Amino acid sequence: MNSKLQNLIVPLALLFAAVALPLLVPTYYVQLASKMLLMGMLAMALNLVVGFGGLVSLCHAAFFGLAGYVLALTSPESQAASIWLSLPITMAVCGLAAAIIGALSLRTKGIYFIMVTLAFGEMLFYLFHDTKIGGGSDGMYIYFKPDVLLGSTQLIDLDKPRTFYFVALGCVLLTVWLLRTLVNAPFGHALAAARDNERRSVSLGFPVFMVRLVAFVISGVLAGVAGYFSAAQFGFVAPQLLGWHLSATVLVMVVLGGMRSVTGPLIGAMVIIGLEEVLKSSTEHWKLIYGLIVIFIVFALPGGVQQLSSLIFGRKVDAPTPGTEVWKGARSMQPEAANV
Amino acid sequence: MSEIAAKGIALRAEGLEKRFGGLKAVSNVSLDVHAGEIHAVIGPNGAGKSTLINLLSGDLPVTSGTITLGGKVITTMGASRRGLAGVGRSYQKTTIFQTSTVFENVRLSAQARSGHALWMFGNVRNDATVNQRADNALAQTGLTARAQTRANLLSHGEQRQLEIAMVLATDPQLILLDEPLAGMGQSEAKRMIDLIKGLKVRRAVLLVEHDMDAVFALADRLTVMADGQVIASGAPDYVRAHPTVRSAYLGHDHGEAA
Amino acid sequence: MNGLTFAVQLLNGVQYGLVLFLVASGLTLVFGILGVINLAHGAFYMLGAYLAYWIAAMTGSFWAALLGSVGISFVLGLALENVFIKRMYGRDHLAQVLLSFGMILVIDEVRQILFGKDVHSVAPPAWLSGSIKLTDVLSYPVYRLALCGFCLAMAIAIFYVIQRTRIGMVIRAGAENREMTRSLGIPFDTVNRFVFAGGIALAALGGAVVAPVSTVFPGMGDSMLILSFVVVVLGGIGSVSGAAIGALLIGLTDTFGKVFFPQISSILIYVLMAGILLWRPNGILGKREV
Repeated sequence: MNSKLQNLIVPLALLFAAVALPLLVPTYYVQLASKMLLMGMLAMALNLVVGFGGLVSLCHAAFFGLAGYVLALTSPESQAASIWLSLPITMAVCGLAAAIIGALSLRTKGIYFIMVTLAFGEMLFYLFHDTKIGGGSDGMYIYFKPDVLLGSTQLIDLDKPRTFYFVALGCVLLTVWLLRTLVNAPFGHALAAARDNERRSVSLGFPVFMVRLVAFVISGVLAGVAGYFSAAQFGFVAPQLLGWHLSATVLVMVVLGGMRSVTGPLIGAMVIIGLEEVLKSSTEHWKLIYGLIVIFIVFALPGGVQQLSSLIFGRKVDAPTPGTEVWKGARSMQPEAANV
Repeated sequence: MSEIAAKGIALRAEGLEKRFGGLKAVSNVSLDVHAGEIHAVIGPNGAGKSTLINLLSGDLPVTSGTITLGGKVITTMGASRRGLAGVGRSYQKTTIFQTSTVFENVRLSAQARSGHALWMFGNVRNDATVNQRADNALAQTGLTARAQTRANLLSHGEQRQLEIAMVLATDPQLILLDEPLAGMGQSEAKRMIDLIKGLKVRRAVLLVEHDMDAVFALADRLTVMADGQVIASGAPDYVRAHPTVRSAYLGHDHGEAA
Repeated sequence: MNGLTFAVQLLNGVQYGLVLFLVASGLTLVFGILGVINLAHGAFYMLGAYLAYWIAAMTGSFWAALLGSVGISFVLGLALENVFIKRMYGRDHLAQVLLSFGMILVIDEVRQILFGKDVHSVAPPAWLSGSIKLTDVLSYPVYRLALCGFCLAMAIAIFYVIQRTRIGMVIRAGAENREMTRSLGIPFDTVNRFVFAGGIALAALGGAVVAPVSTVFPGMGDSMLILSFVVVVLGGIGSVSGAAIGALLIGLTDTFGKVFFPQISSILIYVLMAGILLWRPNGILGKREV
């Protein structure tokens, strides 16, 4: 009981800080914090597939950006879209896109999966870049944030940065709850089993393809919700939002935060966005330093920031190099397949 | 159909053939495995034994032929559906969840059997039926004391025992064992032989093994393969005396094993 | 479309495909032999083009630009293999993805610092700069023809090296069975280093030779990377012949797509990829999964 209470202290303190934050800092930082939360949501969504499913997807930015376009396209020109209509449509479109891309990509494994998801993500990028659907390469403006109405009374005013922040926080908390539930449920264990040993999982009778596809779709829909609110926040969508550089950046967040934890990627997102913010304001060539930091992360911290904290505080974390199983699996498939 | 089940035939394979390009790895293989029996398949290296197991488990699709499990045709089912239908198997190379605990390995197997792979709510650790089935499998294989050990810290022999425990936790009708004794020391092998003996109660076991002493200690029925074909099939004494088998295979390989 | 325009488009498609092959073959060799996914491959293509532009501007010689660009990239490849890539063998794909993403960011920014972000062009050598007059309104640039010939020669050279030479044998053996190669006493580390540097050099070469026909611009690497991926997915990882088939398929699909379905031409190659994935998930010449 006592240890249970202790386990609750840190999350409660963090939650308290998260609630108090917008009351203490200037609007600019409230907006930055909202951005961090939404990117954190995207990173947590991606981690369901990458960390728990062992599938390195490079197309999640496409779901994120697609959602923004759906909001832009469902918004009437001179008034706000209703959230009750536009959000479900966005989720449905992202879910459908994830189902199609997932069903095709999951026919492949390992390196192929990475390349195929990347290519399909770019397909969506070019869809908006080269056609007139969403204003071409110039993108589209969303002039009004979605309305949250009940009858004709406004429940929530997304135009107020502090209100928006709490909506983003709510999304993040819901995502954490949902992912926690999934990961502990039979579904999550089947997903992780397929990651750890695909052959055994299949032979035991787990419907591996279906489990992975469902995870991919859930993850795509969550990425879409994050993208919907991000687009609402910035009031603008452009093809770059769907580009794979964003997907890769989110992967960095996931790895930095730790792939075996639900909330780790959220922390990774905060660190990366904070870092970007600091670098951008201090040097013109921030991408150079950012790139070097990414390379450093790969070599120094294969276990994520948890490992960093263990380096600093000397606490040992039992973190096996993430994803090595994926690699070994992919490698060992070939010789075995050759001699049957 | 029910006629097959009535005779106690758990698995019937008829005219199985597997071609890789131009190479016939398995051709025209037919055999029955009865419930309560261990049916051993022996033959020199490259005889097609492993391919046969892969065809039966669904890891490889057949080129032609029919496979019936408990009266139901399963030829076109993939490995995962056959697993659910009651086919359990071990692999030549130990195939377990290396970084999970022994209990978690067996629990996952029991969960797979329950078919709840897409259940998204409820903590998996609180499923009493699944936990019970996992405990039973551990008890039956003598791994209860090792339940909380990580699988990759087990000895080779224990890992193979664990693989059997995982198969048992799925409560299969048919167990396919691909060289379960490979790489084992004498005492480990003896324990494994006892374990395999216990498996055939209520179940059908198909065993591929190179250790001839073990095969003759365990098998109720034998099928001998060479070059992808069955060259003899029957009771151990019949096979032991079979002239073709003696010249083609048993002569030298038995000497090796002894 | 009459016969002559069709022939011209066909030639364009083939030429595009040949350049794609040059770049993608480097990528597929690095995948197949080193087991490393290198997202920075496109960045080296871009770098190759900028280096060619830079050297051409300094020396005025196209050939110096070509050689210099490829040479610098090769040396850079050797160094990168030695410092970073060799630590990636046997590590998970995710680490490789992130490392090469970091490399892209660094290369992009270094390019920005050294060459800026302007769009440039490179002049072909004088004797290749004319056009062949086909009809009164239609002509075909000599450089494009020469480019076809050059890429074809390179393709033949690549096949020859892999299929017929001792080095090629070692490379193929390495792809099949790394342990065995090691036990045969083949200097595995050196082979790896040269394979990686060779792959990078092919990307840079691709960038340098297309510089005179297309322009040199910052984003050129990204689109080439995606196209090379699609080529490799179509052809099958590690298969050079597969890369050749995939590259030609994409070159033709893209070129004729632009003619017949200009609205959706950029989507067509992905539709093609989806089709191939449904038919053969491991690529046209990829090892079939058993």
